[in-house]
Amino acid sequence: MTSHHHRLSHGGRIDRDKPLKFTFNGTSLQGFHGDTLASALLANGVRVVARSLKYHRPRGVVGAGSEESNAMVKIGLGAGASPNQMATQVSLYNELDAYSLNCWPSPNFDIGAIIGVFSRFMPPGFYYKTFMWPQNAWRIYEGVIKRASGYGTAPEAPDPDRYDQINAHVDVLVIGGGPAGLSAALEAGRAGARVLIADEQNEMGGSLLSDRGLANGALATDWLKASLSELDAMDEVTVLKHATAFGYYDHNFLGIAESVSDHLLSDSNTVPRQRLWRIRANHVILATGAIERPLVFPNNDRPGVMLASAVSTYINRYAVNPAIKAVVFTNNDNAYQSALDLHRIGVHVSAVIDVRPKPIGKLAEQVRGLGITVLEGHVVVDVKGGKSVNGVTVMPLDRSGNAVVGKSHRLDCDLVAISGGWNPTVHLHCQSGGTLRYDPGTSSFIPDSVMQAMQNAGSCKGSFTLEQCLMDGRLAGAKAAREIGLRLDTSSGNNATVQSPPQEPVTPMWLVPSPKPLGLGPKQFVDLQTDTTAADIAIAVREGYESIEHIKRYTTCGMGTDQGKLGNVNAIGILANLKGTDPETIGATTYRPMYTPVPFGTVAGRSIGSLFDPVRKTSIHQWHEESGALFENVGQWKRPWYYPRPTESMQDAVYRECMATRTGVSLLDASTLGKIEIKGPDATTMLNMIYTNAWSKLEIGRCRYGLMLGEDGMLLDDGVTARLGEYHYLMHTTTGGAATVMAWLERWLQTEWRDLEVYLTSTTDHWTTISINGPDSRRVVGKLSNDIDFSNEAFPFMSIRHGTVAGVPARVFRVSFVGELSYEINVSSNHGRRIWEAVIEAGIEYGITPLGTEAMHVLRAEKGYIIVGQDTDGSVTPNDLGMDWIVSKRKKDFLGKRSLYRSDILRQDRKQMVGLLTDDPHVVLPEGGQIVDNTSAAIPVPMVGHVTSSYMSPFLKRSIALALIKGGHSIIGEKVYIPLENGKTVSAMIVDRVFYDREGARQDE
Amino acid sequence: MLLIPCPWCGPREENEFTYGGEADIVRPVEPDSLTDSEWANYLFMRKNPRGLHHEQWVHTFGCRQWFNVQRDTVTYQITATDNLR
Amino acid sequence: MGKYSLFNLIRHGLSYHRDWSKTWRNPEPQPSYDVVLIGGGGHGLATAYYLAKEQGITNIAVLEKGWIGGGNTGRNTEIVRSNYLWDEAARIYEFSLNLWNDLSQQLNFNLMYSAKGVLSLGHTLQDMRDISRRVNANRLNGIDSELLNADQVKKMVPSINVSLDSRYPVLGASLQRRGGTARHDAVVWGFARAADALGVDVIQDCKVTGIKVQKGKVTGVDTTKGFIKSAKVGVITAGNSSVMAKMAGFRLPIESHPLQAWVSEPIKPVLDTVVMSNTVHAYISQTARGELLAGAGIDPYTGYAQRGSFSVVEGAVAAILGLFPIFSRVRLNRQWAGTVDTSPDACPIVGLTPIQGLYFNCGWGTGGYKATPGSGWVFAHTIANDKPHRLNQPFSLERFTTGHLIDEHGAAGVAH
Repeated sequence: MTSHHHRLSHGGRIDRDKPLKFTFNGTSLQGFHGDTLASALLANGVRVVARSLKYHRPRGVVGAGSEESNAMVKIGLGAGASPNQMATQVSLYNELDAYSLNCWPSPNFDIGAIIGVFSRFMPPGFYYKTFMWPQNAWRIYEGVIKRASGYGTAPEAPDPDRYDQINAHVDVLVIGGGPAGLSAALEAGRAGARVLIADEQNEMGGSLLSDRGLANGALATDWLKASLSELDAMDEVTVLKHATAFGYYDHNFLGIAESVSDHLLSDSNTVPRQRLWRIRANHVILATGAIERPLVFPNNDRPGVMLASAVSTYINRYAVNPAIKAVVFTNNDNAYQSALDLHRIGVHVSAVIDVRPKPIGKLAEQVRGLGITVLEGHVVVDVKGGKSVNGVTVMPLDRSGNAVVGKSHRLDCDLVAISGGWNPTVHLHCQSGGTLRYDPGTSSFIPDSVMQAMQNAGSCKGSFTLEQCLMDGRLAGAKAAREIGLRLDTSSGNNATVQSPPQEPVTPMWLVPSPKPLGLGPKQFVDLQTDTTAADIAIAVREGYESIEHIKRYTTCGMGTDQGKLGNVNAIGILANLKGTDPETIGATTYRPMYTPVPFGTVAGRSIGSLFDPVRKTSIHQWHEESGALFENVGQWKRPWYYPRPTESMQDAVYRECMATRTGVSLLDASTLGKIEIKGPDATTMLNMIYTNAWSKLEIGRCRYGLMLGEDGMLLDDGVTARLGEYHYLMHTTTGGAATVMAWLERWLQTEWRDLEVYLTSTTDHWTTISINGPDSRRVVGKLSNDIDFSNEAFPFMSIRHGTVAGVPARVFRVSFVGELSYEINVSSNHGRRIWEAVIEAGIEYGITPLGTEAMHVLRAEKGYIIVGQDTDGSVTPNDLGMDWIVSKRKKDFLGKRSLYRSDILRQDRKQMVGLLTDDPHVVLPEGGQIVDNTSAAIPVPMVGHVTSSYMSPFLKRSIALALIKGGHSIIGEKVYIPLENGKTVSAMIVDRVFYDREGARQDE
Repeated sequence: MLLIPCPWCGPREENEFTYGGEADIVRPVEPDSLTDSEWANYLFMRKNPRGLHHEQWVHTFGCRQWFNVQRDTVTYQITATDNLR
Repeated sequence: MGKYSLFNLIRHGLSYHRDWSKTWRNPEPQPSYDVVLIGGGGHGLATAYYLAKEQGITNIAVLEKGWIGGGNTGRNTEIVRSNYLWDEAARIYEFSLNLWNDLSQQLNFNLMYSAKGVLSLGHTLQDMRDISRRVNANRLNGIDSELLNADQVKKMVPSINVSLDSRYPVLGASLQRRGGTARHDAVVWGFARAADALGVDVIQDCKVTGIKVQKGKVTGVDTTKGFIKSAKVGVITAGNSSVMAKMAGFRLPIESHPLQAWVSEPIKPVLDTVVMSNTVHAYISQTARGELLAGAGIDPYTGYAQRGSFSVVEGAVAAILGLFPIFSRVRLNRQWAGTVDTSPDACPIVGLTPIQGLYFNCGWGTGGYKATPGSGWVFAHTIANDKPHRLNQPFSLERFTTGHLIDEHGAAGVAH
């Protein structure tokens, strides 16, 4: 820091009445409201902001916006820290703490810089050529490299901030709040369109905010002010500041990340940190501007080498005096404006170094008129100074303009303002599917064809003068309004008229000629953030990496967080030169979202924590919670897993719940089972096609179990369906399969069986289903209803009755999944909990016990009942399950039938469902255990099957298991082995899979 | 992020729909008369064109109606829909 | 082919890297070859390499319509593992993993194969049953595989959230320690360089416009660089397999879907293991450059545009924040998509076709990258001998007729 005053006493858009305190690497500094961190650092004379990634070279601020490549800092510490922020994009706020990256102990003295000594042995892709010895040591090298790479550190605690999302549908979306964007928004807004205009900066205006050089200078700011207030007054226009359009997706969907409180110091958390706008637009106008292109010359990365446009921005917008003595190095007229700006604030401009032999533009004349030297046909061949520029060496170009010739001389300066022309910001255009072409006139890539309903306006399409930008914007806004069918009111409006001075064409210069051969002199950086040099590109080409995509990957050029906003086009130009072709032939690399990085938190919005996926709870859930149930996730549902009493283990609780069911009575919340009401004259026809068995003869009031298959013949779902009327059924599905089955039925009815008249209604949530199981269940339900006869004669197994239970209308099914006398009471969910409690009340004298899913699974396994998805896996047919009894041989057709006769499905050695009994009844097999028939086989051991379900059966007082085993049905009684993870092997016998009440007497009694 | 013109509800976000694959596959009337290979053609073989595709969609989080869409699989532009009625 | 070594790196450094030879030659095509391979991705180049090295056929052209590695090889999340459920799949992937082991030395190109371990998380009781089934199958197949509980997961990945209060709590995981990542571009360049050194012509910017068939036999291909004659043509054009099959006059049981991936900005090391979750559809690792590299399941509809839906990214990022809440402030830097072949059983189709001399290698779905060397090896064998290698025998087109599918959906699901 010097005694030099880096802050101008007046001018700029900072608010001198609002001073802000901040720290940089622990040092307290001061800035003003309206500053960015970068402008505040420059205003405090800070030159070295960070170190570079690969070579640890000192780096300063090079740009003034999202193009910044160097000035990366970490903001804050702890849970609320943001690791890799560009100082140019951070709006200053009070008590901001910023820290340099890639350096230790400090950016001015960085031990890591020693790596620069070895840089010669680190050409592009050097890691592909070494670190190969010894074999597998890469893991160790990788660890070292990983620690050296990366920029900032991620917070170690969860994010204290919250993020929001908003959906917006607009007529016209304008991206960019510069002159073109504002004109477009005004024009569309005046026509009555619903407009949203977004800009990444803290205020609208774009280039107008930095520009004082207009002939009618006052006009820019006046017009800006008037335009903003006009937009403000339009009800249908939304103006979003601090809002970066990061992605342009299909069908005019764009994502915008709005910084809501990043720039405010706020612990209150009353506002989100960022908000993601998900926007669908009828029409999009991209007015994203252009980014100045740097020149590539030796030591062009030194702190104090800055884009000419950034120099003007710091002077005009932020009232920063960036230098004592400056040079301007350019190949176009535009940068002369920076010379004028520098001169105006009293900086000595040593020279404007112009690569063109005879610049005669109006601005050049103005500069000459002020007595500033213009070195025509000259280039900078070296920059002097390490942590800050202190001079440049310049040399004349020869006639061809491709080489330097003659004597060099030195110019003292502490700032080098550079300009190599402009690159239209075509990122979003390309993301939308639009193509580019190389425009030799501006020596840049400009939009060519468009694919969606969108237009480019202003400098992002190569219209570089203010006059063109304003005109472009107006035309685009009008066209957008017309295309969405709005009429334009042409009488009103504060339309600016500007005459921009004619400009001489830019002379493209991708790589500034240097007296030393490429690679032998000081580094000429193409991509500052990844430390990619022109020599690196040359080496890559020499090695055969000739596609620009290969260059990008091999050298990492453009792979930084800035995605090469400054360097990419120069890289293309340099490659074109090396290959003796033109940039058009080389083409650009693909532009992909994000335009600038977006926090994961912003992308996720509120879909985090419990809101990641909706949780479904039954009407009795609260009771389960109060009763100490532990829950199991089944699909989106929470189901009570078991209900441990205070000192009980899981095993104890499951034992108790099982025994109560087998010897007394239990109740289960079965509300999650899928329920589909099926009505219509063709309901039976549909069921005959959907299920493998026949439905025509099912009596009203009776139920039947059914299997449904996919067209591939594999089991899709199972359940009990009841016939409620001639043309009315109620189908039950599995808990996890409800939505799938509903969609399955709808699909067939709507696409293939359109002649069938069937109506489907999903009623899963409408009903609370309480399953009452056990020998005492009849006595319990009998107490709850006086209009249903629960006797076996009046209400046999697999039937349904309608009546009143505990005072409310109910459907009662006599079905069972646990193999006992069971009744399933279905009542409106509004009454769910009350009826549940009424059942408990009625059952207290019988010791009624709530039954969780775990015990229920044990009980059904004792009966040999399968669970789709646990005992089957999408490769199991009814035959494999030994359930061919349920597959109609008479029906001509049903879904999946034909697949059952394919050669592989007829094989006898397919995996088939059987029971397993371990030789040691105390050993419970692991579910998922693999089964072998030979314990002495060498690896790979042939596997004959696997265990799908396995439990300790309290009632049978021994372990039981279900398994799928190759040809299992025909080898009942044979011995198999299950090798455990701990190296031991368990032996078991293949048995029939029904372990309990094979005759079904219990449920039928 | 497609904007899909549901023939019943109008244009809606892609997230409201479920994709159903190729539209022109008709279930054989007499599956039993087919060879394994013919049945496999119906079950698995797909046109999967690069370009115009005739495909099925259902407005799952909307009217739950299936309909056909003509979409370009390269540009993703939707050029026609058919409500199956 | 100049050898790559630290010594040579220093030697070339002293001569300002002016003397490196071409990694590959970029030749123009000859009028005819013994074998023409369509597709210059990892699989195609590996096939060429193994045809030359193992099968002794060196008169080969690899035709790439753009730049080599520009398809799915350059667009994936670099995950390498072999812990597949079914024997057939486990064997081919394990064969491939064993090739990865010393491939850097074989090719003399650092592929950065890093056995950082692959964790597949379980969030429900059924997930854990499936994981246990797969781990047991892996062990008996001789594939390293371990079953971890939530505490062990936490110990291995300290940055992960294993709270039981999570929407989808981590109940446990399978771990394959030999699984990990390998640098995708390096795989392409390494195989291209080694194949080129054995005489293979790697031809870029050469698009195949037709496959010529006479009397049921393939005779060559029409390309943007003219007709190229060959009695054997191998097609390895993931994403575009159906398009190529149509040129030859048949259909495949394949649909092309976008598969998206993305990287964060580079940050200091926070994650030293590959973490995958089928249940919440996300997977993530950290690259040597420090980027968090993540992906999701396929986009739901078919598409060749190498572009996907933002909502898929939103969902997967949210899923990742459920597992790693501390990544909330890390920023998403770049997203992209590949076009993958999806087959009905999530397994590849590698082998003969109805046309003599025409071979297809496709249908790897989201999991092809890890199979690159193994796929190349068995495909080279298939082409050279006109019959499948025992490892790709089960992956015939025929299985869709017989019904002998190898259903890896449950085991592999979205996350490869």
